[in-house]
Formats: sequence, C-alpha cells, structure tokens
Amino acid sequence: MNLFDLFSDYTLRNVALGAMVLGIVSGILGCFAVLRRQGLLGDALSHAALPGIAIAYLLTGSKAPIVLLLGAGIAGWVGTLTINRIVRDTRISEDSALGIVLSVFFGVGILLLTYIAKRNDANQAGLDRFLFGQAATLVATDVLTMSILGGLALGCLVLLYKEFKLLAFDPAFAASLGFAPNRLGILLTSLIVVAIVIGLQTVGVVLMAAMLVGPAVAARQWTHRLSVMLLLSGVFGAAAGIAGTMLSLGQQHVPTGPMIILSLTTIVTISLLFAPARGLVWAKLRQSHALDQEPRNREAQPVKGE
Amino acid sequence: MNTDAKPLAIHDLTVAYQDKPVLWDIDLSVPSGVLAAIVGPNGAGKSTLIKATLGLMPIAAGTVQMFGQPYAKARQMVGYVPQRSSVDWDFPTNALDVVLMGTYGQLGWIKRPSKADREWALHCLEQVAMADFAQRQISQLSGGQQQRVFLARALAQRAQLYLMDEPFVGVDAVTERAIISLLQQLRSDGKTVICVHHDLDSAPEYFDWVALLNVRMIAAGPMKTTWTPENISQTYGGRTQNLIRGAA
Repeated sequence: MNLFDLFSDYTLRNVALGAMVLGIVSGILGCFAVLRRQGLLGDALSHAALPGIAIAYLLTGSKAPIVLLLGAGIAGWVGTLTINRIVRDTRISEDSALGIVLSVFFGVGILLLTYIAKRNDANQAGLDRFLFGQAATLVATDVLTMSILGGLALGCLVLLYKEFKLLAFDPAFAASLGFAPNRLGILLTSLIVVAIVIGLQTVGVVLMAAMLVGPAVAARQWTHRLSVMLLLSGVFGAAAGIAGTMLSLGQQHVPTGPMIILSLTTIVTISLLFAPARGLVWAKLRQSHALDQEPRNREAQPVKGE
Repeated sequence: MNTDAKPLAIHDLTVAYQDKPVLWDIDLSVPSGVLAAIVGPNGAGKSTLIKATLGLMPIAAGTVQMFGQPYAKARQMVGYVPQRSSVDWDFPTNALDVVLMGTYGQLGWIKRPSKADREWALHCLEQVAMADFAQRQISQLSGGQQQRVFLARALAQRAQLYLMDEPFVGVDAVTERAIISLLQQLRSDGKTVICVHHDLDSAPEYFDWVALLNVRMIAAGPMKTTWTPENISQTYGGRTQNLIRGAA
C-alpha cells in the first residue's frame, strides 16, 4: 500500500477521491454549523436521513445510489424544517428540538430497515451500509455524483459568502439590513444536508456529524480569518479522507468510515493541543510561566479582562 | 422620500412574549435631529422597543414608521447598534471586516464590498479612534473597543436615524467620552440618534430628548420638560427617589 496504488488501483482511487470530495465539502460547510454553535445540527440531520433511504427503497425497489440519496436528502430537509418549526412555534429549545428530530427520525429509520430486512427480499441486502458507511462500494459514477452535488453546494456558498458570514456573526444585524436570517439559515442548513448526502455512502449516518464538526474545530485553532478557516477546514477534511482510505485498505481490510474519523480525530487533537495561539499546551505553559513570575509582577500587571 | 416626516413614529404598538405583554400600547414620535434616550427599569421593554421597531420581533398590534414609511422601505436610512453581548466575539474576523458589514445593506445580495467600501469602513473606524486596530482579531479587543467597532459599523451604514441598544454598557471612561462626542457629532450633522440607556445620572447630561418607558410609555419629550421627579418616579414605581439627581 503506497501513494502510487492510490492513483493506479481503480477501487482505491474511487474510494480516496470520494473520501476527499466528502472531506472538502463537509469541512467547508461544517465551519458555518460550528460558528453558529449548531454542532449537533449535522448529527440530527444525518440521522434524520436514514428513514429517507428506507422509504426511497420501499417506494421504488431500487438500490441505485441516486434514488436512495435523493430520499436521504428529502428526509434530511424535512428534518431541517421540523427543527425550525419546533423552535419557532413551541417553547422547546433548539438543542431539545435537535434531540427530538435525531432520535425520532433515526428510530423510524431503524424500524423501516428491520422491516425491509424481514421481507425475505434478496435484493435488500446492503441497505444497512448507510449506518456506518461502506466506502469500498463507491464506483466512479458515485464519485462524479458526489463531486457535482458538492460543487453546487460550494458554488452556492461562494455566491452568498458575505451573507452567510453576516448570518453566522450577527443574525440580528443581518435581519435589520433585510437579509432574512430565517431563510438564509434554512438555505445554509440545506447545503449541509447536501454534504450529509455526499457522506452517507462513505462514513454513514452515525459518523457523519464528525465530518462536519471535526475539520472546522481543528481549522479554527490555526487562524483568525474566516476565509482561511474555510480553506484549512476543507484541507483537513480531504487529508482525513485520504489518510483514512489508505489506512483502511492496506493489508487487513478495516472499515473506511471509522478510519477516516480516527484520522480526523488525530488532526483535531493535534490542533487543540499544539496550535500556536489557541493550543492548550501553550496556554498551560504560559499559565505556569505566569505563576512563576507572579510574585514579582503582581503589582505591575494590570488586571486582565473586564 | 418625505423628508418632513418624523424619523420615528410608533403608533399603538403592543408586543407580547408568550402571552405576557412586554410593551403595551406604545405611542412615540421622535423629532428630527435629537439625541434621545429610552430610559426605564429592568424589564421595562427598552431593548424590545428597539427590536420591535426594526422588525426583529413580531408585534402583536400597532404600526411603526420611519421617515413616513414602514421599516422595510426605510432600511437604508436606519443604522443599528445591537447590544455588544449579543454576538460571539471569538468569531474569526477582524475589526475592519466587522465595520465593513455596515455596508452590506447598501450593497444588497451577492455583491461584494469594493476597495472604496473598505476605505469608507476604515474612515468610520478613524471616527471612533480605532483605525490602529483595523486588522486586530476582534476577540483581542477590550469591551470598550468592541463597542466602538459596533458604532463604526453603524456609521458605515450612512444612516439618518441611529438606533443603539445600551451603547454605554460595560465600557471604559475613554470609550464613554468617545461615544458621547460621536453622538453629538451625529446630532450636529442633522442625524437623529435614539439610545437605550439605563443610567439615570448621566441621562440628562448626555441626551436632549427622553422617552420614559415601563411597559407603557410614561412620558416622552424634550429632556428639559420631561425629566421631572414625578415622571421618573412613575416610571420606576416610586422606589428610586434618592437615586435621581439631575431631575428638574
């Protein structure tokens, strides 16, 4: 297993390309979920996509990825609107609404998958791969579909970059300027649903949230600029995707999705600990250094913060 | 555009939060070219009045007009300074970028700020003595500096009417002086400024017009005639007599 195989082996190339596309798209879009303090949103929406896959199969009898992913996308979108309505029309808080949608939709999805599995229908095998993903099943057309969907989502983001930035930083001010934050929020969430749809085959509904949150959290550690954070997050996502593919398809076959997430976790951990300005290690060192100096400086140092 | 119309005219405004009225039957008409304070105790609905005026909260009844038009048509003439604590200052951006957001309204959808917009934003930062901090990450600014960045963002809106929610909260003395001289500058340029303000001591010194609010509008008018012990005590339920100095 080496880098050369990555480009010469057909299966490996598709898996690596697919994981890379997923990493870029979810890494970039995930930044906005993290900055809007909606880290759980991706988790709720990816779980919400599961019944869509089952229903799409039940209705069409087809296992073509495009059909199943369309079902997943619609279910994720219905999940988005449901969360939105619950927050707007009831006194239930957003995190509770996310929890409700996550568990109810996922429960229905599992129920439907079990029902499908019990129908003694030879064709159904493999639907449960959307739970944890099965990247090895990716073929060239899947990668093409993922790239087109991801390209559209990112194109939309580039077009409305200014508006999304304003929405993430100060939604009330956005509203006062006439940039309807509710509609912008739904649009942004819809783009996140697209990222989730892209990731279902590769990492599955259960682990997808990590692909949205992980790269963004890591990228935030290294920069104070949103544009740099977005690029870096895409790079981290892509790197995790490729690394996970290489690790999983080496000598013994271990599942790709979890290996991508573990690679990502490594990036996140290093970023949290060692990033120059925000790393925990440096903060700790500065703190103990300051403690050593304290007796001398106690009078001279002004009290920090307000 | 009707330039004779009042910058802000509120008629019979009622706002309820989960069945509980927060603002009840408010009438308010603010004349042009004043520095106005909205004063009242905690929970009086001061911030709610600003937010309802800007359409940030649903209103149960009543009408709001700015320069004789509903807000949706008068946006370009109105600048807004939200409470500083309403945003996450750890957001990855710098001071200049935040000020630039003040130009977004005039830019409209999709269009990006130009070089001229950046220069204008920098000019607005200069007016609050923050030009040296243009490239500073916003989490590294002090509370007072963050407040001045918010003011510069409102200046960047090139408005005729400014609505400010507690601009003096948690700021240092330097910032307080900078803000007040900026507000006076705006007034002498013919703009109208309306601030939510909670400090009874400084209110008559800083502002020349006042609206006393406690769910209902108790009194509103020029500071000289409206800032009376009777009105203040009625606003605060008669409990804060000894807190009031400057009252006529």
